[in-house]
Amino acid sequence: MATLLLEDLRKSFGSTPVLHGIDLALASGEMLVIVGASGCGKSTLLRLVAGLEVPTAGRIVLDGRDVAGLDPAARDIAMVFQNYALYPHMTVFENMAYGLRIRGLTRDAIRKRVGEVAELLGLGGLLARKPRQLSGGQRQRVAMGRAIVREPKLFLFDEPLSNLDAKLRVTMRAEIRRLQRRMGVTSLYVTHDQVEAMTLGDRLLVLHLGRPVQFATPMEVFERPADTYVAGFIGAPAMNFLAGRLGHGGSAVELDIGVTIPFADGRRPGPDGRKLTIGIRPEHVQPDPAGLALQVDLLEPLGSETVVIGRLPGGEMLSVKVAKADAPTEAMQVSFPAAHIHVFDAEAGLRLDATA
Amino acid sequence: MERRTIFPGIALPMLLVLPQLLLTVVFFLWPAGQAIWSSMTRADPFGIRTQFVGLENFADLFSDPLYVDSIGRTVVFCAAVTALSMGLALLLAVYADREIRGRGFYRILLIWPYAVAPAVSAVLWILLLHPQIGLVGRWLNRAGVQWNYKLDGTQAMLVVIVASAWKQVSYNFIFLLAGLQSIPRAVIEAARMDGAKGWFRFRTVVLPLLMPTVFFLLVVNLVYSAFDTFGTIQALTQGGPGKATETLVVKVYRDGVVNLDIGSSAAQSVVLMLGVIVLTVLQFRFLGRKVAE
Amino acid sequence: MNGRIDWPAHVMLGLGVLLFILPIWLVLAGATLDPAAIARGELSLVPRLDGWGVYAAVLAEGAPGAQPVGRMLLVSAGMALAIAAGKIVISILSAYAVTFFRFPFRMTAFWTIFITLMLPVEVRIMPTYSVMSDLSLINTFPGLTVPLIASATATLLFRQTFLAVPDELVEAARMDGAGPLRFLKDILIPVSAANLAALFVILFVYGWNQYLWPLLVATNPRLDTIVIGIVKMIGTETQTEWNRVMATAVLALLPPVAVVVLMQRWFVKGLTEGEK
Repeated sequence: MATLLLEDLRKSFGSTPVLHGIDLALASGEMLVIVGASGCGKSTLLRLVAGLEVPTAGRIVLDGRDVAGLDPAARDIAMVFQNYALYPHMTVFENMAYGLRIRGLTRDAIRKRVGEVAELLGLGGLLARKPRQLSGGQRQRVAMGRAIVREPKLFLFDEPLSNLDAKLRVTMRAEIRRLQRRMGVTSLYVTHDQVEAMTLGDRLLVLHLGRPVQFATPMEVFERPADTYVAGFIGAPAMNFLAGRLGHGGSAVELDIGVTIPFADGRRPGPDGRKLTIGIRPEHVQPDPAGLALQVDLLEPLGSETVVIGRLPGGEMLSVKVAKADAPTEAMQVSFPAAHIHVFDAEAGLRLDATA
Repeated sequence: MERRTIFPGIALPMLLVLPQLLLTVVFFLWPAGQAIWSSMTRADPFGIRTQFVGLENFADLFSDPLYVDSIGRTVVFCAAVTALSMGLALLLAVYADREIRGRGFYRILLIWPYAVAPAVSAVLWILLLHPQIGLVGRWLNRAGVQWNYKLDGTQAMLVVIVASAWKQVSYNFIFLLAGLQSIPRAVIEAARMDGAKGWFRFRTVVLPLLMPTVFFLLVVNLVYSAFDTFGTIQALTQGGPGKATETLVVKVYRDGVVNLDIGSSAAQSVVLMLGVIVLTVLQFRFLGRKVAE
Repeated sequence: MNGRIDWPAHVMLGLGVLLFILPIWLVLAGATLDPAAIARGELSLVPRLDGWGVYAAVLAEGAPGAQPVGRMLLVSAGMALAIAAGKIVISILSAYAVTFFRFPFRMTAFWTIFITLMLPVEVRIMPTYSVMSDLSLINTFPGLTVPLIASATATLLFRQTFLAVPDELVEAARMDGAGPLRFLKDILIPVSAANLAALFVILFVYGWNQYLWPLLVATNPRLDTIVIGIVKMIGTETQTEWNRVMATAVLALLPPVAVVVLMQRWFVKGLTEGEK
């Protein structure tokens, strides 16, 4: 168990910067999920912490000790890889024991530790097998076991579930969360899957093009996205965006489609006429006989609910999530409840909170 | 192509690469340099002084009809060996690629000759083709063919070609079969759905996809027939009768080791070196393209 | 397979097999015949059942003008094993260095090794001989083997194998605390075992089948390999004891053929994956 502190961590490959200064502090036992689209630098960040890459600048402080210059082996960190990276020529037991062997534990101590962890993960009967004789889910467990036996200060997960089929992914997701809680090991978990991010993390770090754009709890990220990127990235189906301008002395938005929505929580700063982007999640769009006409393009039934994808009179795309029974066939009328709109500055894309 | 993950350290890798570098410099680069140097010098008849003569040895070489003949002979020999061994191997590979009973069995029986030394394959062929004692040679004579490769240059050439090609069929077979098996089944099935049959399907679909392997083997076979057949020829004919089977490698050995004509032998070595370099570059240019694909 | 027998394929492959088997059967059976009968032109494919003793005889005594075959087999085996083992060791080390490290002159080292591809013995006969005599390696066992140990082929093959090892495997080993030498021993070599086996076959055959090199550097008959020996045996054709030559030929090709057949699966895979 350990705290982790990153201070202005930067990384460039040649002259190409891939991480522009990451700062964060993790409490002992906390699980941080780093999420972002591919190429956002999330894997690089993980590899910097692991010691597999050397940072261009910045500090990595693990349990009060700066480990940025240390070899991976000296950091007391374990990692679960995307492709598991099991040693193909070793049995399950040998795979899990290898790190302990290098650390010079006695035979008996190794057997005891590996045995315990194997029981914990339900691998007890598989210890003599080679990785190629295991299923995907079993390999995944061995990879976890190899990390767990080491009893490291920090766990790193690099998209560990992305090679599993959908059903197994859900099971393993829950299991990872349970194990991490139970052992209380501080963890970094990298994923591009927003559902994994929402369900696993104590906190999320959303990365975009090598910059941290939001560092908060999953609910806060969902309810108060820091900018239009986060707003569009988290939540499915994705948030709708509509263009508009600030009006009525900052107390309402005049949407380009000709609707004015007063802010429910107070004024936004800036002169009237300031360009805004208004976000509203599909589940918050309200069917309303007095509302705007929406021409239906496509229906995506999800079972109990249906996503309606359609066009507003000006041609803007809009998706709406409605109960199955309410699904329209050709057209419907919608309105945007003031309590559920997200206000962003149109130029920088940053969230605009109420001033008072 | 480079690895993403590497180990730190400078002294260790240098130490690891040292043994091979040392052997390479002492037994490869140094002698090659020597060859280039001696190819431009000439010793006086008593071997006391050597003097620098520039490209004179090369000029002599290429104005020597014996050498020019040897080049032509080598080209014919290499082309024949390559064509014969690759053609036969392709035929066998096509049939071995079919789904027939006993595939694995046939395969073993067709690849083991890979292990036969060129010189030993020569011995096998002597016992088949020797005019007096050879199984086939005797029979030819009895049937009225004037068969004696020890006296007839054309027949001698035929014998060294057959013996050299025989040994190389297995190698080609292994690669061509692997090449055929690496063609995705779906492509063949698509061609079948399109109605392509038999020879037409082979020529329009299979062969083009096999071309990378064929090109690769072409170079390998040329190198094999130019250099590795020294033992075969030496055992069968020693380059004779007359000079009928004296390829470039046999000649460089004869002139250097037997007749001790250092300057000419060195010049011949340099010419051969250029030949290998051209072939290697060809092979790797083609290989490079394959890697990029 | 649909139950029907593919006759054309069986016929073609059968003919192919015959083409390879026939010469071998000829020497196998011919060795048992009476040498005088062979010289009279009575070589046949039917073995003489009481003639198998010739194999024991050549192993112990050889043929006129040559060493006992038993001794030559030992020299060949020693040479083939030394070359295969030596090449594998130095090639693993150098390929490991150029793929898993970054050091000054790394590419220079790589290209230097690569160049040896273009310099087979045949193109540098005389100068190599003089280097060998300067180093007093003529007529020595090291002279027979050491210069052949350096070659680019094995290094290139291992480099390719090593490049194909997933990065994550290396990273996992580093996270587990393995240093470079430990990684080489515990992970890289075991993981490359199949390629190593294939390469061993190729190199053993290469070493066993050498002809020009031993001809050049080992004039002492006690260092005759079996391949050298058999060519010597047929050199003096007038009093050649053909049954002994044939027995020797069988013994000369048996070991490398056995290695190829026994390790067939790895060998084919390694050969075709490596050289392309």
